[in-house]
Amino acid sequence: MSANFTIDGKTVAIAEGQTIIQAALAAGVYIPHLCYHPEFKPHGSCKLCTVKVGGRQSASCTTLAQAGMVVESDTPALNDERRTLIEMLFVEGNHFCPSCERSGDCKLQATAYDLSMMSAHFDHFFPNRPVDASHPDVLLDFNRCILCSLCVRASRDVDGKNAFALCGRGIKTHLIVNAKSGRLADTDVGLQDKAVQVCPVGVFLRKDKGFNVPIGKRVFDLKPVSAYVDATAALAKEQQ
Amino acid sequence: MTSSAKGKLKVATTSLAGCFGCHISFLDIDERLFDLLELIEFDRSPLVDIKQLGKCDIGIIEGGLCNAENVHVLREFRRNCNSLIAIGACAINGGLPAQRNHLSLPLILEEVYHTSVGLANGLIPNDPELPLPLAKVRPLHEVVKIDFFIPGCPPSADAIWKALNDIIAGHEPVLGHGLIHYD
Repeated sequence: MSANFTIDGKTVAIAEGQTIIQAALAAGVYIPHLCYHPEFKPHGSCKLCTVKVGGRQSASCTTLAQAGMVVESDTPALNDERRTLIEMLFVEGNHFCPSCERSGDCKLQATAYDLSMMSAHFDHFFPNRPVDASHPDVLLDFNRCILCSLCVRASRDVDGKNAFALCGRGIKTHLIVNAKSGRLADTDVGLQDKAVQVCPVGVFLRKDKGFNVPIGKRVFDLKPVSAYVDATAALAKEQQ
Repeated sequence: MTSSAKGKLKVATTSLAGCFGCHISFLDIDERLFDLLELIEFDRSPLVDIKQLGKCDIGIIEGGLCNAENVHVLREFRRNCNSLIAIGACAINGGLPAQRNHLSLPLILEEVYHTSVGLANGLIPNDPELPLPLAKVRPLHEVVKIDFFIPGCPPSADAIWKALNDIIAGHEPVLGHGLIHYD
């Protein structure tokens, strides 16, 4: 024990086998992230947690922390690139916050606020992604999917149901439901499933519960995402 | 600078495919309007009823682009204003009107004017005075260069006040936590 590295000049202790983001969050140092979740194996796809290690960029959720590393994270250059990633996520899907039940509890929105994204900058794709309202308790709105694969990992690794998958390649990658009909109603997914609770955006919506916590009193209304360091617990509590 | 004779900045505003909510929120700066009017003078704006757009320092545009007239007005603002501000969700990402973008326009017109319940012998309006709708609703920055953005649906009066002060002071608007909102 007591191996250390530095992130933005702050000394962080490393526990055996920790990635950079795990060690940083444990030490109370926020690194922006969307596809990372403390309870799941890293996916390394959103690239938001990219940091500079010894002058080279790498995803902090897939890079093991090593003694003596010099890591830069909260720099104008990295935050500019993170904002660009967020802008691309916003134009790729249909992210209309005023009509989204998850507004205020959304990590994508909160991270965009934190990085001062004033517009999505690029041309919008306006894709056509029909919703799946077949399930009695859960609405799936694919318009907001950012392909973080958390529902895929949760359903496979925790719920043991393997109900979701990412299908297609490149720009055509999309989330699918693992049922012959392709409809959520034809799976055994239920409200207690981890997969239903981990979505960082507004794809999985509990029917009849959308506004239990009013706009203005939600997780990221209270404080910005960076002030939580890792907002996972606060979001999980709100989603119950 | 296109400052008026009184040394004030000339500001024009308009609402395209919007709901005037951003204009109402702008008026919600309440008595701070008096402070603002020490610095600016309105040109064309629904707030003062001037119809012709003159040379301006700042153009503030609410709403996205849903028809040909919207594009015409936007281009006129771009030609006449040194800086353009897109205000509100619709101006920035199409907002509520853009919820039609995944449907084909003929299908929408058909549904609204022909096949909806209670319509008999409906006709799709075809008067040459009516601006033609665009196939997709577009945010402003996809058609002209936009200099500044004030997000929100609508942005709060405090957010508008902060952003305008930043812009008039000559720098990028910075809205911190609590002021920056997309909803």
